[in-house]
Amino acid sequence: MKLDKIYALSLRHVYLICSSLPRIIDLIYWPTVQIFLWGFISKFFTLNSSFYSDTIGVILTAAILYDFLFRASISYNMMFLEEIWSRNFTNLFIAPIKLSEIIAALTLTAIFRTLIGLIPASILAIPFFGVSIFKLGIPLLFLLTSLYIFGVTLGLLVTSGLLRYGPSFENIAWASLFFLAPLGCIYYPVEILPMSLQVIAKLLPLVHIFEEMRNILLTGSVNLVELVKSISISLIYFIVGIIIFYTSYSGAKDKGTLINMGE
Amino acid sequence: MFIQVKNLTKSFKDTFAVNNINFEIKESNTVGLLGPNGCGKTTSIGMMLGLIRPTKGQIIIGNEDLETADREKILSQINFASPYIELPKKLTVRQNLEIYGRLYSVQSLKDKILQLAEDLDLKQLLNRKNGELSSGQKNRVSLAKSLINSPKILFLDEPTASLDPDTGDYIRNYILTYKKKNKVTILLASHNMSEVEKLCDSIIMMKNGKIVDRGTCKEIIKKHGRDNLEDTFLKLARSKNET
Repeated sequence: MKLDKIYALSLRHVYLICSSLPRIIDLIYWPTVQIFLWGFISKFFTLNSSFYSDTIGVILTAAILYDFLFRASISYNMMFLEEIWSRNFTNLFIAPIKLSEIIAALTLTAIFRTLIGLIPASILAIPFFGVSIFKLGIPLLFLLTSLYIFGVTLGLLVTSGLLRYGPSFENIAWASLFFLAPLGCIYYPVEILPMSLQVIAKLLPLVHIFEEMRNILLTGSVNLVELVKSISISLIYFIVGIIIFYTSYSGAKDKGTLINMGE
Repeated sequence: MFIQVKNLTKSFKDTFAVNNINFEIKESNTVGLLGPNGCGKTTSIGMMLGLIRPTKGQIIIGNEDLETADREKILSQINFASPYIELPKKLTVRQNLEIYGRLYSVQSLKDKILQLAEDLDLKQLLNRKNGELSSGQKNRVSLAKSLINSPKILFLDEPTASLDPDTGDYIRNYILTYKKKNKVTILLASHNMSEVEKLCDSIIMMKNGKIVDRGTCKEIIKKHGRDNLEDTFLKLARSKNET
């Protein structure tokens, strides 16, 4: 992998974001709306039920972390879709770049887009709802890393579909995260799920991430095993995602979808 | 740098898009790839660009087999322009050329961009977004992108399609001038027969995925007893027994 090529590929997306104020507002707008929505819901529960009295921070922190995952995945998909929408796809794939450089550039640039949305929302949650995700301390870095790897993995899987099946796969891009959300146990403990679904849910890193987040916030203790487990599972999915991406590229070459792919 | 295509075939399920074609383009030659819509031109170019995997056959580019060679090494020496693919609309012309220059590891990139802007009359457009340009301006930018790496092999797919006669003529003259100054091998797919006659050293006629004729324009016109390439094209395209 050559760093200058990864830089060039990333630069294209940085130029795109920086050249458009509506794009920046769009990146900030949705996470902020999400935070306010969940903030008010949590406040309502707190005021009306003693059961929820200690958990406003838990729900809102979960909402922020879930949004981080969502933005990471959507950012990855969006950057790939931008190439299709702008009919730049062929130009990109005839340039002397490796697939690994494309993956690396998308992965690195997705964090830029994600943080533009996450940072303002996380800061706003402090004065408005008295909730700070930074209360999670150092483990927050591990949780965010795990979420980011998994978010990018979902992005990789969707882009693999786009490569193989073309723009018609676009709708899956938007639906991918909603499909996994119920199994991710973002807002509720894994025990809520039926036993059969618990088995499946535990194969996802999300359960380990959000269970550990609740553990830290409610008990103040950190379970390192859960943190390592969540990152390890995310990494396994990431590797699988890369293999699927390469396989899809090969399939796209057979099918001829790499040429003239556009709107 | 030359191109050699041997027994090249591409089938999609039961349909042959390209059926066992063979040709060679000598270094610094310009060859026109002609044929009616759906005859396999784009698929052939796609295979030569490494975007489509052949079902059978071989593509040799400068002594190296495209399938087994170092992909990056070969792609760094070729480029492609087509009005059917575009550069990102929201980026300025300068940003687009900068990004592709970096992807092709172009040395002295700023100078190269300025030189191309000068040659293709893009100086006033460098800071404008690609999406704001007219078709003719976009074509010139697309051509500039395809020349950013000073390619040894250039694939041009209908470079003057949908352009007014003046802009079309400008592009054709530029390609001619560029060809004289640089050692570049060009494969040109076009439906504009006067353009083909003006730019190409020889032509390859395709129909239903096969090559139905080849030679210089004069040879082919004479062989089919017509007055010009347009009539010859129509004769070949409408004939039922050529494939």
